[in-house]
Amino acid sequence: MLTIKNIDVFYGKIHAVRRASLHVRRGEIVALIGGNGAGKTTLLSTVSGLLRPAAGNIVFDGQEITRLGADRIVRAGISHVPEGRLVFKPLSVEDNLLLGSYHRFSFKLKQEITEDMEAIYSMFPVLKERRKQPAGTLSGGEQQMLAIGRALMARPKVLLLDEPGMGLAPNITQEIFKHIVSLRDKFGLTVLLVEQNARSALKIADRGYVLETGRIVLQGPAEELLQNKDVQRAYLGRDITDQVEISNE
Amino acid sequence: MLVLGETVMVLLDYIQFLISGLTVGSTYGLTALGFTIIFNTTGIINFAQGEFLMLGGMLSVFLLKFLNLGLLPAVLLAIIITTCVGALIERFTIRPVQKSSTINLIIITIGISIFIRGVAMLLWGKDTYALPSFSGDTPLSFFGASMHPQSIWILSITLVLLCLLKFFFARTIYGKAMLACSFEKKAAYLVGINVQRMVLFSFMISALVGAIGGVILTPLTMTSFDVGILLGLKGFAACILGGLGNPFGAAAGGLILGVLESFGAGIVSSAYKDAITFIVLLLLLFVKPSGLFGQAEVERV
Repeated sequence: MLTIKNIDVFYGKIHAVRRASLHVRRGEIVALIGGNGAGKTTLLSTVSGLLRPAAGNIVFDGQEITRLGADRIVRAGISHVPEGRLVFKPLSVEDNLLLGSYHRFSFKLKQEITEDMEAIYSMFPVLKERRKQPAGTLSGGEQQMLAIGRALMARPKVLLLDEPGMGLAPNITQEIFKHIVSLRDKFGLTVLLVEQNARSALKIADRGYVLETGRIVLQGPAEELLQNKDVQRAYLGRDITDQVEISNE
Repeated sequence: MLVLGETVMVLLDYIQFLISGLTVGSTYGLTALGFTIIFNTTGIINFAQGEFLMLGGMLSVFLLKFLNLGLLPAVLLAIIITTCVGALIERFTIRPVQKSSTINLIIITIGISIFIRGVAMLLWGKDTYALPSFSGDTPLSFFGASMHPQSIWILSITLVLLCLLKFFFARTIYGKAMLACSFEKKAAYLVGINVQRMVLFSFMISALVGAIGGVILTPLTMTSFDVGILLGLKGFAACILGGLGNPFGAAAGGLILGVLESFGAGIVSSAYKDAITFIVLLLLLFVKPSGLFGQAEVERV
């Protein structure tokens, strides 16, 4: 559904992504993991049109989208939930969601958009409670839900998620991740997920890619990556359950 | 009896000050609205805002004089041309360098204002010009004070524009999308907003509002190539006074400044008229930097 082929991206003078290729099939959750500065965000921003690749191409649904502007890419069906959530802080929760539907907004669709908004509210009831509040007054987890809701309001086929768990308490992160899985299961949404928290990401993903200094160094089914010694050493650290077993012995 | 008579006289004076203050204040408010629109979309303070008022007034005068158009066509054409100037400014001076920091863009707008003023001086010289009033010069009596008919035009057009803009930013998705561009540009791109087009529109609307302000003010105060400097500064002061980014605050700030100025000029001395604006501005910035109607930023991390 989404195929990235040999892209090179420069971020300023930094060669942030080097000849990276990856693909995401329909209905898959694919995790892209890697350390700080590995180029994960750069790669995602290139797909959504915020950055232009120096070389390579990106094909979505049979359509070349490599050099389209961000607004055209949203229209094509790719929504990007950016790193740091970037909700429109002074605007109300409701306005944030409404703006999510900007690319398809027309007065004829008002009914449909209101229904979509209700669907988001039933998924995240806390947003409904706070729908008149400025988005900046929400907690981090609520802002993440809002950012995801806003992206869903565009009715995407593919959701790009950049570090949805960043800065959140572990139980909130787990909740967000559960929502991501249910989005795929219920609506057949395709997800490309970038995470530093490699374990949580790989646990919900079907497949994964490991990015290191701009190169994809490893790829495979998520369970395999979870078992991979290199991945474990570099990104997973020691599992808490391992520690429990050790102390039991 | 004598004392009562004096009180009435003083009261009449005050009403007179109030009316002229509100009239002048309206145009400060319109200038401030122009600042607000561009600021709300881009975070830029457009210091060429005053030149839009100058262009509105000067173009009307010259279209009327040299092309012998009627007053209404001349005025409308002047407003349209100024709006196009706003678009050109965005397209050729702001867009090519849009990646620069906000402060650089603000300095560019200062350059633009100097340029426009220079061109106006070359074209039309340094003379002062007048535009006929929209509906005659016979003063109307208002509670015993006299009121120029143009004042009514100024007050009502300002009010209408203000309501339209408020509606646009608070109730329409396009207005909200414009706001979104300044709050979180990256996210605005990601929801499919064409940010560049929004910035272009903001310069056009701002020029439009400025030109209308210039056109309605000129019959009362006359115009010359350099009226934009002081009007721009006053408008900016009004903007800060009301809280930057808030259209109603901007208009209210303008009215308050106008009234203060008018009372200051009437009671103290007209020599200090302009100083009063800036003293008020400084005092307010010491006490409440977010402006009278501005909200301190609400944010949780």
